[in-house]
Amino acid sequence: MAHDEKTHEAHGDEIAHALPVPLLVGVWVALMVFTGLTVWAAQQGLGSQASFTVAMIIATIKAGLVMSIFMHLWWDKRLNLLVFLGSFLFVMLFIGMALTDKSEYKPDLDRKAADEAAQSAQ
Amino acid sequence: MSDTTVEAVQGAHGGGHGHHDAAHAGNPFLAHHFDTPRQQFEAGKFGIWLFLITEILFFSGLFCAYTVYRSLDPDVFEWGHYFLDTKWGAVNTGVLLFSSLTAAWAVRNAQLRQHGHLVLNIVLTLACASTFMGIKYMEYSHKFHAGLLPGRHFQPTEEVWEMPSYARKNGPAPEGFLEGKAEGIEKAEKLITRGHPYKFEAPPHAARFFAIYFCMTGLHGIHVLAGMIVWIWMLVKALKKQFGPTYFGPVDFAALYWHLVDLIWIYLFPLLYLID
Repeated sequence: MAHDEKTHEAHGDEIAHALPVPLLVGVWVALMVFTGLTVWAAQQGLGSQASFTVAMIIATIKAGLVMSIFMHLWWDKRLNLLVFLGSFLFVMLFIGMALTDKSEYKPDLDRKAADEAAQSAQ
Repeated sequence: MSDTTVEAVQGAHGGGHGHHDAAHAGNPFLAHHFDTPRQQFEAGKFGIWLFLITEILFFSGLFCAYTVYRSLDPDVFEWGHYFLDTKWGAVNTGVLLFSSLTAAWAVRNAQLRQHGHLVLNIVLTLACASTFMGIKYMEYSHKFHAGLLPGRHFQPTEEVWEMPSYARKNGPAPEGFLEGKAEGIEKAEKLITRGHPYKFEAPPHAARFFAIYFCMTGLHGIHVLAGMIVWIWMLVKALKKQFGPTYFGPVDFAALYWHLVDLIWIYLFPLLYLID
């Protein structure tokens, strides 16, 4: 670590990594194309499951482009990326656990709805 | 480098005074508690990434609510999405994507000390953010006027089959249906498309869609506004020509926050507007 710093200081301590303009504009164009694609795909009537999956895949590709290039993760220390992806892991855990008991109270809610329907029918 | 014995600390302060050594003298924006601009930058970067992680977890609460509600009542989401105009959602997506470009470009400008271009890109980012909020305001007012609100304020004055998006998905309305003619209504009731008759009545808990819609886009909008405040701050600093190859952290970190705001919208758009 100390050795690296010495060499870096010798090179003028370069911290700036300016991304080339064609790369930035190219990523933007790709993002716009994927946006158009996702709107088009939604209109193809693929059915609920398939269209959701396709939309999420396209959104994740767009997210990947923004993260790796605009947010510079492609060139950053791996720690930043690991920590960021770690958060998504916890979000998956959160949503996954919530989904395991989403129907837990359904019998009670159904009974309540049936009671209300019976009462308003009277 | 990080020798924290009392003597070492005293030596560093007694000997060099963090403020007066070569690195600090040449760089007015190098804080005294950092040894080099690189160390300052990397610390700041790690800090902003930690903050972004808290933001993701913050939004995940609402994404969890969305997932649970949509898996329990997919009808509610299908019914509700017809009231959203995909065109404006797509325009907003394009606007935010362009603002991410100008934000990333601004970071490059700061690194290369291109003061004029930096100011321009920050101004463009702010303009896009304002456009986004303007479009959101227009969408929200429409819903307020149509009674499409969460909870007990849910008193819709529009029917889903009046929406052009409904006709696009389910074919044109039977003749006479929209005018309320008897034969039209009879035809509509016979016409079963996508599992429901042409007259798609609001399912139970329909207001949930709008609770989710307003909470998620509202929270996102608040983040856009906060981002605008940060960019105005960056604009002031940029006008003072403070940024350069050893000091561009604030612009870099503001851009990282801005990209996160864009990322969230990248997911919100298909989840709310492009439901099949």
